[in-house]
Amino acid sequence: MAAANQPLDASIPPDEIAERRWGELIIEGVIRVAGISSIVIIALIFLFLLREGLPAFLDIPLRQLFGTRWYPIEEMFGLLPLLVGSLIVTVGAVAISLPLGLTTAIYLGEIAPPWLREILKPIIEVLAGIPSIVLGFLGWIALAPLIQNLGAPTGLTAFTGSLILAYMSLPTIISIAEDALYAVPKEYRDGALAIGATQWQAIWRVVLPAARPGLMIAVMLGIGRAIGETMAVMMVTGNAANIPSLGSGIFFQPVRTMTATIAAEMGEVAQGSLHYSTLFAIGIVLFLISFAINALAGRLVGVEGLRRSRGGML
Amino acid sequence: MSRQQTHKLAVVVLTAVAAIVVIPIILVILYVVWQGLPMLSWAFLTEPPRNGMTEGGIMPALLGTIILTFGTAIVSFPLSIATAIYLAEYAGDNRLTRWIRMAIVNLAGIPSIVYGLFGLGMFVLFLGFGTSIIAGSLTLGIMTMPVVISTAEEAILAVPQQFRTVSLSLGASRWQTIRYQVLPHALPGIITGIILGLGRAAGETAPILFTVAAFYLPELPRSIFDQTMALPYHLYVIATQVPGMPLQIQYGVALVLLLIVLSFTLVATLVRTQMRRRREW
Amino acid sequence: MTDPLIAVRNLYLTYADETEALRNVSLDIHRNQVFVLFGPSRAGKSTLLRLFNRLSDLIEGTQRRGEVLLAGRDIFAPEVNVSALRRRVSMVFAVPTPLPGSIYANITYGLKLAGVRSEEELGRRVERSLRQAALWDEVKDRLESSAFALSGGQKQRLCIARSLALEPEVILLDNPTSGLDPISTATVEESLYELKARYTIVMVPHSVQQAARVADNAAFLLDGELIESGPAARMFVHPQDKRTEDYITGRFG
Repeated sequence: MAAANQPLDASIPPDEIAERRWGELIIEGVIRVAGISSIVIIALIFLFLLREGLPAFLDIPLRQLFGTRWYPIEEMFGLLPLLVGSLIVTVGAVAISLPLGLTTAIYLGEIAPPWLREILKPIIEVLAGIPSIVLGFLGWIALAPLIQNLGAPTGLTAFTGSLILAYMSLPTIISIAEDALYAVPKEYRDGALAIGATQWQAIWRVVLPAARPGLMIAVMLGIGRAIGETMAVMMVTGNAANIPSLGSGIFFQPVRTMTATIAAEMGEVAQGSLHYSTLFAIGIVLFLISFAINALAGRLVGVEGLRRSRGGML
Repeated sequence: MSRQQTHKLAVVVLTAVAAIVVIPIILVILYVVWQGLPMLSWAFLTEPPRNGMTEGGIMPALLGTIILTFGTAIVSFPLSIATAIYLAEYAGDNRLTRWIRMAIVNLAGIPSIVYGLFGLGMFVLFLGFGTSIIAGSLTLGIMTMPVVISTAEEAILAVPQQFRTVSLSLGASRWQTIRYQVLPHALPGIITGIILGLGRAAGETAPILFTVAAFYLPELPRSIFDQTMALPYHLYVIATQVPGMPLQIQYGVALVLLLIVLSFTLVATLVRTQMRRRREW
Repeated sequence: MTDPLIAVRNLYLTYADETEALRNVSLDIHRNQVFVLFGPSRAGKSTLLRLFNRLSDLIEGTQRRGEVLLAGRDIFAPEVNVSALRRRVSMVFAVPTPLPGSIYANITYGLKLAGVRSEEELGRRVERSLRQAALWDEVKDRLESSAFALSGGQKQRLCIARSLALEPEVILLDNPTSGLDPISTATVEESLYELKARYTIVMVPHSVQQAARVADNAAFLLDGELIESGPAARMFVHPQDKRTEDYITGRFG
């Protein structure tokens, strides 16, 4: 009895179970150090991109770097065609996925009967799980011939990439849009219905505007996803590093994105060459773009909101 | 057009659009299954490729993906879970915490190909690991950290606060409280996050392009400093780099990859629902 | 008179949002009695209660001045082992809060952490504490079943037993009957008479009536200030301060 009572001794003891304390101090120390690991990692990523990519910014005249010719064999490193390629594919992807995603979110939240929603949501979640290489493969082997049959000179176009990217970002857009719509206070909607609006009018006039910040996030994360996607885009966009001619056919020409350029050419360059560090320089550009998108989105909803939205996209 | 007509039209349009979204997903999966299923056999999974990959199986790539998934787990979990514990249980409401959260959100947004560049610059070249399993695992592990951290943190925060208070009031230290009253109940959520992260890593191509993946390597890796084939890259290679590749093999690889990745999602969902059912509070 | 077991000396507590929860509170609590802290909501009763075993440490950004002495020693002194303090001064919460797990596991949780290893000793303590909390007869055949399967009143007695198992000197009861029906409430109140023979009890009551029923000594708090304190027999019959009288007679609160 007395022995068992000892730890409960009457006087307030200073640390008597010293060994346990040491173990805990070590564990808690490790946890605290791990806590800042993400800051360290992001700093390391930027550092190593800079280390390998900086020579490109230093050795290539800026005018050439922002030139219109990407022709590494002749030491022409104009990034413009790649930027334009990424831009076109991204714009196309968002133009397709945003209306599709938003409408589907409205359908799921407002119109679909519960049993159907229970079936549809897992199907959409499955889409988020399909590896991009598999979608790229299908785009390459099945979708591209289909598009060529529609009359394009080739099936490997910016549009093909946009289409695949659009479907890849749909799960994100739908889930964020659903959350945004869901967050609109019920009173708004009821108020609109009470004064005689149809359900559709209530959605269009009241719910959508109220959900706007959330929808903006959906767009921005969709853009981030589209700009950063590599394999699917590389396989289906034709990889032609030209600036496409303007006009209605702009989406139906082959393009080459920044990501695809890195993936396709890194394997063939000599380490330390100018071409090599230019590919890293493209990586820096991508890194900064993703940073900027996060900063913008974070300004809209704060880090907390962004973290929650990211949850859907991760 | 009357208001009621507008409403009816809207319902029709919305339904049609939802169909446009959902039907292709089902078609894609059915198509891959239909095309790839004939290929699926024990021999396909366990034999190495032969004759310039145009015959034989996918064993080295399959095994490589399994090894890389394990490697990713070893790199990612300790760090991610410790970070999640830190954020949920130790971090105060201060500038450092906000910085950490910013960093995680930004890590989540970095394109996977940029992780590949980072892995090349730091692990392959600077640390001298070469194109190797360890370099690939480190790269993939770091890439999966944000998803594991945020699911794990959510799971930890979902444990009712009163369990902590009661535990502390009974003389438990902070760590004992976490160890005995928080982590056991957060485990299902943490495991879900881990599996989701691994599923993502198993299907990724861009981060392994320059850090580990081998074009064609019939032998199996002997150490973590060897290269290995991996399924996603293998699919890319046989689809675009090898002329005269039989379509069936391509679909077979796509199907195996799809099955692996989707089974991760499935298991994660099962773990979550199963554990929720068993929960007492 | 003997030295008080708990002595509060000029205690101030301010929350992070600058609200003053306690202002210049001083009082003495002696051994083997039921001491009741009563007053309207937001008077600072629970805040004071949580200071006695430093559960108040969990709230970030609080500022404290003054002392709380336990058997003459400052509980906020840097060398104090907080875990040991919380075993000596144990808390029972307003809402019954079993931990996930069996009845047995709930009671032995704190003991195991305190280093009690022998199964025999654990079993003995489980039985004794459950008997003291008047729960033994109801649960002795199902110690391994989940604590969540108990009724509300049983859960609360389990929580009391869980505290008793640690053999504390002081038991803090924060409105322990708030969620209970009258019969369960009576059971808990009756157990207090027996418990104070062995322990010192500090309690925030559910109502003035409950305070009058169970208290040996009482303190009336209002907006973080101690208005008056003294023997219950006097406090609830002839309060000295007008505000105490108004509260007891139901004019506010």
